[in-house]
Amino acid sequence: MNGILSIYKREFTSYFVTPVAYVFIVIFLFMTGVFTFYLGAFYESNQADLEPFFRFHPWLYLFLIPAISMRLWSDERKSGTIELLMTLPVSITDTVVAKYLAAWSFTAIALSLTFPMWITVNYLGNPDNTVVLASYIGSLIMAGGFLAIGSCISALTKSQVIAFVISVVICFMFILSGFPMVLDLFEDWAPQAVIDAIASFSFLTHFTSIKKGVIDIRDVIYFAALITFWLYVNVVIIENKKAN
Amino acid sequence: MSQAIKIKSLSKSFGAIDAVCNISFDVGYGEVLGFLGPNGAGKSTTMKMITGFLEPTSGTVEVNGHDVLEDPLSVKRSIGYLPEGAPAYGEMTVKSFLNFIADIRELSGSLRKNRLDEVIETINIGTVIDQSIETLSKGYKRRVGLAQAILHDPDILIMDEPTDGLDPNQKHEVRNLIKKMAEKKAIIISTHILEEVDAVCSRAIIISSGKLLFDGTPEQLISKSDQGNIDHAFRNITVPSK
Repeated sequence: MNGILSIYKREFTSYFVTPVAYVFIVIFLFMTGVFTFYLGAFYESNQADLEPFFRFHPWLYLFLIPAISMRLWSDERKSGTIELLMTLPVSITDTVVAKYLAAWSFTAIALSLTFPMWITVNYLGNPDNTVVLASYIGSLIMAGGFLAIGSCISALTKSQVIAFVISVVICFMFILSGFPMVLDLFEDWAPQAVIDAIASFSFLTHFTSIKKGVIDIRDVIYFAALITFWLYVNVVIIENKKAN
Repeated sequence: MSQAIKIKSLSKSFGAIDAVCNISFDVGYGEVLGFLGPNGAGKSTTMKMITGFLEPTSGTVEVNGHDVLEDPLSVKRSIGYLPEGAPAYGEMTVKSFLNFIADIRELSGSLRKNRLDEVIETINIGTVIDQSIETLSKGYKRRVGLAQAILHDPDILIMDEPTDGLDPNQKHEVRNLIKKMAEKKAIIISTHILEEVDAVCSRAIIISSGKLLFDGTPEQLISKSDQGNIDHAFRNITVPSK
């Protein structure tokens, strides 16, 4: 426990000693604004809800989360600090979890700084705030899914660029797995059960129901299983390939 | 003299390359073992296996009676390790980096404070304590790495080229530090500086192409040369055609 806490603390504060955190937060807030007001037509819809705000979160995360996760392990490999980290008395699982939680907490801070959106919609009308809360929780859980993928991919390479690009591609497939462009690849030859399974992997499907204010236990289990799976693979990768 | 490190027929291969072949030796408390050998001889690889960073292809490493594969955390707790190139988190200040190490080494209360003060004093890094590590010179970076390795006052110290990049005065200080710590600890250092072996080591091991070629005291090493010269002895042992 002590090991997790120490590494978590170090990782989390490291975001704020470099400009990374500030640049990320500013871009994130700016982009959510642009998406909500222009593409989401927040005013024109004349509805007091944050659906136009949350609708674009999967697409924002697609690029922004891999930008956070790319350095998690690649940087340790590149600078050689992985040798220091792996010879300190902390298990690999604890280290993977600590780094992941630090990145997730940082995402939570960025997300919580969008609170002016919530104030705005409450000022303009009477939104259902339980739906807003559910959407925030759903968005954070989804961000956790993206992060787990990104962390795992980052463990594979010492190049942050490679980690970023591959993470984006894999996250993109997870977003789109409910769409024809992915399903068509399987349509001709795979049995229906497989196609249904692939479709059920879509982040969008699971996020859509949470976004409506319904936190279905199945959606939570889906994301929890996804996060556990990718972090487990992350541990296996580090265990088998500590040195380059 | 009790045995701190026991290494039995240790081997490591990377694909077709045998980096370390069937090496066995023990290190006891009170010993300073100098690890010598040409570049790429397998010195760092051996150290990485002792500290649990690399897994041996075959053979065993026991540290204070704990097998490095079966009980890696106990092994890691009793070792202080300075990896090759003294890696550290560049964006951190020296102070926050040492505090991080103290956290992870579970130092707390007055012991923590005393150890931090003592290490900062002996390694002489008080003047750069609030600087970020990436802005430090090579010598200071190396010293931060040393500070990190000895912070928890480990029984066993393993240092990969601890004096590399230091100026002559700093080298002298680090050698004195090693000699001072030697009484109660088991220490392994690797080095290319042969005079260092004579100055600080109680025993020397020469590895070349992954094989153990010499294991004895510095005096025995010098006696391998008809010129009474340690450089000459090193060449005699490591250059086969001579």
